Amino acid sequence: MSNTLRKDMHTGTEKHSGESENNVKKPKKPKKRLFSQKQKDMASGYLFISPFYLLFAVFGVFPILFSFYLAFFRWDGLGEMEFVGLNNFNIIFNDPLFWKSLYNTIIIGLMGTAPQLIVALLLAFALNSVLIKYKSVFRLAVFLPYVTSIVAVAIIFSVIFSNQESGLVNSFLGLFGIDPITWTRSEWGAKVAISAMIFWRWVGYNTIIYLAGMQAIPNDLYEAAKIDGATLRQQIWHITIPMLKPFIIFTVFTATIGALQIFAEPHIFQGRGGRPEGISIVLYLYRDAFGSNFFGTASATAIVLFFIIIIFSAANLLLVNRIGRSGKVGEK
Amino acid sequence: MNSEKNKLKSAKVFIYASLIIVGLASLFPFYWMFVMATNPNNLINRNPPVMTPGTEMFSNFQKVLESIPFFQAMLNSLIVTTSITFGVLILCSLAGFAFAKLHFPGRTVLFVFILGTMMIPPQLGLIPTYFIITELGWLSDLRAVIVPGLMNAFGIFWMRQYISSSVPDELIEAARIDGCSNFRIYWNIIVPVILPAFATLGIIVFMAIWGDYLWPLVVLQDQSTHTIQVALRSLMDDRVRDYGMILSGTFWATVPLIVVFLLFNRLFIKSITDGAVKS
Repeated sequence: MSNTLRKDMHTGTEKHSGESENNVKKPKKPKKRLFSQKQKDMASGYLFISPFYLLFAVFGVFPILFSFYLAFFRWDGLGEMEFVGLNNFNIIFNDPLFWKSLYNTIIIGLMGTAPQLIVALLLAFALNSVLIKYKSVFRLAVFLPYVTSIVAVAIIFSVIFSNQESGLVNSFLGLFGIDPITWTRSEWGAKVAISAMIFWRWVGYNTIIYLAGMQAIPNDLYEAAKIDGATLRQQIWHITIPMLKPFIIFTVFTATIGALQIFAEPHIFQGRGGRPEGISIVLYLYRDAFGSNFFGTASATAIVLFFIIIIFSAANLLLVNRIGRSGKVGEK
Repeated sequence: MNSEKNKLKSAKVFIYASLIIVGLASLFPFYWMFVMATNPNNLINRNPPVMTPGTEMFSNFQKVLESIPFFQAMLNSLIVTTSITFGVLILCSLAGFAFAKLHFPGRTVLFVFILGTMMIPPQLGLIPTYFIITELGWLSDLRAVIVPGLMNAFGIFWMRQYISSSVPDELIEAARIDGCSNFRIYWNIIVPVILPAFATLGIIVFMAIWGDYLWPLVVLQDQSTHTIQVALRSLMDDRVRDYGMILSGTFWATVPLIVVFLLFNRLFIKSITDGAVKS
């Protein structure tokens, strides 16, 4: 039985390539193998995955461990390293600018992502509606900003939100008799401009993801609900939203983590050094390290940022679990 | 019945209206970028600002070329992005194949470890990595961006999932009986099957690396090694900003990507959603 099967496979491959012909004819009796298949699999398995581990050892493990080490030293990058204990953390925690950068990051993150996800959800509803034609055109239009690089977006919006009276937003506001705003130097102006960049670039991306989720919902669910007399709103609340939950969780997660790592937008909008109105944590870190050569305190900031990201991810998870549970209770 | 119809109609009008408004809002910055890129400064600084394309397309771009090595920067970006994309596709599909189809001790643990590395924010190791690059003598050298970029945990995860679901074990068994080595199995059986996954992962990696900013900014200090993103930012350095010039550079740096996107937009959108949804 197994012999005939073997033969079939051989003839099958014979047709395929001439090279295997040699292999087929030679080992009439099983040739003595130097290594067993198990050993071969082991060797090639480790070989194939080794590049990642080698790279990770050099550019992953070592830098991370060294960051934790460096956070306890004072170092300008050239001279001697001096052990200072927890002093670096003391320095940043007593620096008002650090707290400002944390505050800015959270505010800009909220302003840039929360409305964005809601609008994306609404857009996806609209694009999924049976009433609409030319869907692919609209889909293309909202997705195009995502193809633009973050730097390009930041530059375009820096010019749109320029401080001059002739700037696009300022001259628009002028139509309503509002005085021009110095966007880069005002507390809320800078935040609004940076949030607008984030909003514009990502709203289409999230729309497309929600849309993919909606299209995966089987139609009979809606049919059944309609037969039971469910209104459109009920359908949305009891079918669409629950079925979209994994997609919503994914977008909230990525948006949160992305928002905590904002860098290019304030760096370009407010100039290399940044300004207190828009500085983000990563920009604070970058400035400390590559502007002032305070590599010890900058490492301390990196570690604080790491824990902030962990805390936010955990909070997200907790929230997701809670929503999941209350949803189930509500159903019953 | 009639009111039902009317309701449907007004819903339709409402949806169309909102989609058109959003679509225009989405496209307007592109149009406006083109307007700025083709107008002279005196019109740009006028109030109200110009809203129609002008005639200065070439002279504005000429100023870009005087200010930054535009084509060199585009070439640098292209070199970095294509080498990383091809490198990642090969390394990740090999590792994905090993994790999906080869049995070796510690396979699960090693795979979970790779998944775990995806949680680490890249800024955590930023400063020491900078010093490693300095030690290697790779400052202002494209290798500083390319080599660390080859490490891609998501790609391995993605390839493993794809290979384990699309390549039947029987196919591999059959090839083994024919005496194929593991590498030949990879090359002659796995690679042809996973070409769609190459396209998807390739687009995701290409987009991410093309737009990468922080790391190239840190290590590519010499102007001749700038990627286009870093070069574009230096257009903003002048005290008196020439918006026509700045947006001309941004426009011509963005156009090639948009053209490629429009040509392959279905594949693009599918790749981005697949990449997001399946993880």
